Amino acid sequence: MSRDEMSDLQGKRLHKIVEYVYHNVPFYRNKLQEMDIRPDDIQTIEDITKLPFTTKKDLRDNYPFGLQAAPQSEIIRVHASSGTTGNPTIVGYTRKDIGVWSECMARCLTAYGVTRDDIFSVSYGYGLFTGGLGAHYGVEHIGASVIPAGTGNTEKHLKLIRDLGITGIACTPSYALYLAETMEKMGISKDQIKLKIGAFGAEPWTEQMRQEIQERLGLKGYNLYGLSEIMGPSVSYECQEQNGSHICEDHFYPEIINPVTLEPVPYGQPGELVFTTLTKEGMPVLRYRTRDLCSLMSGTCDCGRTAIRMSRITGRSDDMLIIRGINVFPSQVESVVLSMPEFAPRYMLVVDRVNNLDTLQVQVELRQEYFTSTMDTPAAIDELEKRLSSRLKSVLSIAAKVQLKAPNTIERSQGKSAHVIDKRQL
Amino acid sequence: MTINQLSVFIENKSGTLVKVLQLLKQANIQIIASSIADTAEYGIYRIICSEPAKAYDELKKAGVAVALSDVFAIELDNQPGRAAEAVECLSNAGISIAYMYTFLFNGKGILIFRTDNADKTREVITLNGLRFVTEKDLSLWS
Repeated sequence: MSRDEMSDLQGKRLHKIVEYVYHNVPFYRNKLQEMDIRPDDIQTIEDITKLPFTTKKDLRDNYPFGLQAAPQSEIIRVHASSGTTGNPTIVGYTRKDIGVWSECMARCLTAYGVTRDDIFSVSYGYGLFTGGLGAHYGVEHIGASVIPAGTGNTEKHLKLIRDLGITGIACTPSYALYLAETMEKMGISKDQIKLKIGAFGAEPWTEQMRQEIQERLGLKGYNLYGLSEIMGPSVSYECQEQNGSHICEDHFYPEIINPVTLEPVPYGQPGELVFTTLTKEGMPVLRYRTRDLCSLMSGTCDCGRTAIRMSRITGRSDDMLIIRGINVFPSQVESVVLSMPEFAPRYMLVVDRVNNLDTLQVQVELRQEYFTSTMDTPAAIDELEKRLSSRLKSVLSIAAKVQLKAPNTIERSQGKSAHVIDKRQL
Repeated sequence: MTINQLSVFIENKSGTLVKVLQLLKQANIQIIASSIADTAEYGIYRIICSEPAKAYDELKKAGVAVALSDVFAIELDNQPGRAAEAVECLSNAGISIAYMYTFLFNGKGILIFRTDNADKTREVITLNGLRFVTEKDLSLWS
């Protein structure tokens, strides 16, 4: 498709989606009315800069279904991602949304070289997380054989990879490295397996990680990007050139803005990635601020695709961490720590990568007055640590190791980032 | 029947133990016996000392996580087998010992311990003719 045809299509779809949310989502209608914008003011894709932004906070404030545009009877699936505080972000999908998602995911897989002859293992988590089912539907859409392996049980998974001759896999890059490591421990060499395609996403990764995964698993690894607020995995994908991820921009319109001034940033320059869903029915969003930092590339790719490409994600414009593919906000930890009187309102998250698996340690300070004569055994202290770690697990959805510190030993933080020590060097 | 013990939460980091000891030194507190229950990340430093209430206040003022707890202290003849006999009495009565440490004091073996049932422990000690040590005893001897 030529750039002009794409812009034309995007403009038409943008007008339609603005009209749709104006009539179906009170949140957007109010916002647009406040800004004195009517759907008819939006006719071309360039008009998008007139529209208001949507933030994670907006999603949270409208929990659970406030931003849903379609009636519940049209929603056939609901996913959820973690929020900055107690409430997760709820995303409902209509039948058409699931169809678009599967189609976009199939596009990604096709770019990687997956065909109906492949046996493809989906090793993202199945469940509320969009990774598992999102990738699964794309593989089925292509007609390849999907192996819904999910996460965990790595040795059995490797046995299947070898015995079934699995040719493709979708998982987080750190899980791919863990697979490589387990494979070596089990004495399986890369000549014994047939993996040739890896679709890696849900967490930031580096070119060095790609080289290592490719070398150790004997496959070609491609980036797969997505976020549940927009759709899930399938928003963008790398092609054989492995040089930037093509965005399914007929459905997800990308912009880069300066996260401070909120002004658009030209192609090639880094800033915060913003998406508008052009065709979504369940929960459409206008100019959603992803907080992911990257740049956009125009121009025809060597593969022939004309779709805009995005660079690797180089960071975040907020303090969100991605640990084992799960979004973690320091404020979530804070809310748990504050809910237990035994701990001072100071904490530190220490994130590391051990044997290619992310680890999270939460350091908290014991309050002086809570160290009483009943607490003077390791058993009592361990019990307290366990209570905190089980609360953290239920809020964060990942296990955190608690380390209890003596009173007044954690530095009082200056600003949010001071709560985090990330040793992963991504 | 019981004596005061200081329990201090200390991290496994160099300098943490010395800080506690320096505070006790400044308050002119004499340590009579001590033991550390250590784990991979922290320790609980248990101290029998002169003027435990004063020591507790001083450490508390300095922001240390300290607790004052009651522990049993009994005196045994300094001969092989006496500790075994004493603990056997408790064990026969179905009492579990949470922690224990011993030291020699004025020619006698002193057994410090805490159990899961203070009332029953008191009863067993009395019934078996074991001798309690009081804080006064310790201060007289020191």
